Amino acid sequence: MDSHNQAHLLRKIQELSFVAVDLNLYLDTHPGDRRALEMYNNVHRDFLQAVRKYEKMYGPLVNFGYSPAMQDYWTWVESPWPWEIKY
Amino acid sequence: MWLYEKKLQVPVRVTAPDPRMAKYVITQYGGPEGELSAALRYLNMRYTMPTGKAKGVLTDIGTEELAHMELVATLVYKLLEGASMEAIKAADLGSHYADHDRALYWENAAGVPWVAAYVSATGDPVADLHENLAAEQKARAVYENLIHLTDDPQVKDVLRFLREREVVHFQRFGETLMDVQDHMKRKKVF
Repeated sequence: MDSHNQAHLLRKIQELSFVAVDLNLYLDTHPGDRRALEMYNNVHRDFLQAVRKYEKMYGPLVNFGYSPAMQDYWTWVESPWPWEIKY
Repeated sequence: MWLYEKKLQVPVRVTAPDPRMAKYVITQYGGPEGELSAALRYLNMRYTMPTGKAKGVLTDIGTEELAHMELVATLVYKLLEGASMEAIKAADLGSHYADHDRALYWENAAGVPWVAAYVSATGDPVADLHENLAAEQKARAVYENLIHLTDDPQVKDVLRFLREREVVHFQRFGETLMDVQDHMKRKKVF
């Protein structure tokens, strides 16, 4: 099983997602900060790119309509689930 | 509405099973200063906050706390994974096992189940934001206590991450409080 590559790709997504979340919280109390807005949009782009790359191989990271079902099976239900992944 | 991302916010690793540490860590799952308390407190307060910034901060930090709850659950899960019945009994987790087997449950380190009294909502934005500031400090302190209780560097890593996030949340609530106080002062000028 390709678990090492999956953990590696997830690591990249986690790093970008963390920056996005932290900037998000900052922007909630500094909504006029243009530099932060620009940084957020750059992270958004890189984050989505990393997510799409991951999803093509391992299935959707989000459901409820947000990600396409790219395999011919509803891979959302497949293992490993986040608490099972060995980093 | 909530969306679930099928990933942890950060990796969680343990060097070896440690049921005794699992018993301590579970307090940040269902204890008074744990992530469930934090998530429910903030997500509940947001409905009646007077400013968009406050509603945004409470929604977003509340959502992040749910993600932290998942990290704590994963840490407990991995600390128990592969532990023998003897190790579980020796760690004084027999009572938990009797009621829950290896399932997680919202309880503190002594096994006391979660209660809604851990969270408050007076409806006064200034009082409630002060409660949030205190909550973040208490959570930070408990993560420091937990870090002292383990020698496992990988477990310390996750606990340190969670501790650092509490410090950032404290900062954001401080800014929100100042903004809400400004807003309320402005409303008084006719």
